[in-house]
Amino acid sequence: MGSNGDRIDAIKRLIHKVAEDLDGGLVKIMDFCGTHEHTIVYSGIRSLMPENVELVAGPGCPVCITPAHYVDAAIKLSLEGVRIYTYGDTYLLPGSALPGSGKPRTLADAKVLDGDVVIVYSLLEAIKHHRRHGGESVFLGVGFETTTPSTASAVVNKMLPQGMTIINAHRLTAPIMRYTFEKHKDAPIRGVIAPGHVSTIIGARAWKFVPDEYGIPTVVAGFEADDVMTAILYILLMLKNGKPGLVNQYKRAVSWEGNIRAQKLIAECCEVVDASWRGLGVVPESGLAFRDKYREADAIIQYGLKEVEESEWKYDLPPGCRCAEVTLGLAKPTDCPLFMKTCKPGVPYGPCMVSSEGACSVWARFGGGGLVDEVVKSLQLD
Amino acid sequence: MCLGIPGKVLEVRSDGVAVVEFSDGVTVETDANTIDGIKPGDYVVVHAGIIIAKLSEEDIDEWARDLHEFIGELEDKSGEIFRMLEELEGPKQPS
Repeated sequence: MGSNGDRIDAIKRLIHKVAEDLDGGLVKIMDFCGTHEHTIVYSGIRSLMPENVELVAGPGCPVCITPAHYVDAAIKLSLEGVRIYTYGDTYLLPGSALPGSGKPRTLADAKVLDGDVVIVYSLLEAIKHHRRHGGESVFLGVGFETTTPSTASAVVNKMLPQGMTIINAHRLTAPIMRYTFEKHKDAPIRGVIAPGHVSTIIGARAWKFVPDEYGIPTVVAGFEADDVMTAILYILLMLKNGKPGLVNQYKRAVSWEGNIRAQKLIAECCEVVDASWRGLGVVPESGLAFRDKYREADAIIQYGLKEVEESEWKYDLPPGCRCAEVTLGLAKPTDCPLFMKTCKPGVPYGPCMVSSEGACSVWARFGGGGLVDEVVKSLQLD
Repeated sequence: MCLGIPGKVLEVRSDGVAVVEFSDGVTVETDANTIDGIKPGDYVVVHAGIIIAKLSEEDIDEWARDLHEFIGELEDKSGEIFRMLEELEGPKQPS
C-alpha cells in the first residue's frame, strides 16, 4: 500500500472511472454528519469529484438545529441565578433575540451580564463541578444519538446531584433524514453517507430503510479522507450496478446492531416525541423527552418552561438567515448573502456558523472545497 | 458536534468512570456506563465524555480487502476497475 496521498489518488481515479458510465445526470450524494462535512471540506474532497458528482451537506449538526427557545430558557435561568452548564459548541448559539435589540442573544452574552454560565466538556464534568459548588444548575443537553447516552446514563444511573436538572433537547437522525428526502423530491438524493458516530450507538442496521424504502445507496463511513472517498466509491458502484444497498465502511467502530447498552439506557430514560427543529418546525417523532418517572431530572418541568407545540411554533431564525435551507442541503453556505459578511465564525449571526461542525462554519474556515479549486487554478495544476 | 476521538482505556473505576488517554497524552475521565465490557487496554471512541464504541482491532486493517470483496460481490467484472484496484492495493508480496 502506498502513501495516504497515493491511496486517495487511486480512489479518485476509480471514482472518475465509475462515474463516467453513470446515467441519470447529476449524482447528488448527501452527508448527514458535520464531521463528514468537515472531512470533505478540510481535505478538499469536493475538488476531487467528477463533474457529475455533487457532495451536499445535510442536517448533520445538532447545534445548528437546536431550537431558539431552549437557548432563551437557558439565558433566562442563568440571569436568575441558576447555573447553566453548556458544551462549548452551544455557548455562542443565538436564541431568538436579534442583534442590536439590547437583549442577550447567547449564553456568552448572558455571562457578560453576570449570568451564571459554565462551559464544560461533558455532563460528567458538569456533575463534578456542581458537587463542588452546590446550588441550582441546569445542563443544556443538546445532541443527536451520539450524545444522548450521556444524558440517559446520568439520569438512569442517578448520577445527578441534588439541585441539578437537564434541558433535554436531544434529537433523532433517522426522522430528519426522511424529512430531508421529501424536500429533495425534485432533484432526488442518489447516495447517502450515513453518520458514523451516530451509528456507533444506533447501529448500521438503523439505515436499512434508506435503500429498502427509498432505493438510495447508503454507506456508514469513517472520518478519514480515504474513508469518505471509499464511501463515495461504494455509492457510485452501487448506482452503476443498479443495486442500492447498505454498506458499513466504518466496521472498526460501528457494528450492525450498535451499542445495545446505550440504546437500552436511552429507551429507559426517554420516550420519542414530536419535536421542533431550528428554522424547520415540528418534525414527527424526531425528539426525545424524559419519561414521567424521571421528571425530577427534567428542567423543562422543574422550572415551568414550555415545549413548543406544532400550533405554537414560530420561525426561529433571524431575518435574512438561510440556515434552514443550508441545513437541508437546499442551499450552500455561500448562497447566503450574509455569509462572511454579517455572519462569521467569531460573530455568528445564524446557527450554522456557530458550531465548529456547522456547514457555514466549516466552509468559512476551510473554503468549502472551492478554495482548493482556486488554488489549483492559480498554480495551473488543473 | 458528533466528534469522536479514539483513545486507550487506562483504568476503569468501580463507579463506571473510565480514564482514557488520547494520542497526544491527554487523559480524560469518561462515563463508561454507556457500553458493555470495557477494560484497561481497550481502544475506544470517546465523545463528549462518554465511551460510544470499542474499536475492533481486527477490522482496522481490512480496508483494502473490504473494497476488493465489495466490488467482487457486485459481480462487476470490469477489467478496468479490477486493474485499478490492484494498483490501489500495491504490488503483491512474494509468498
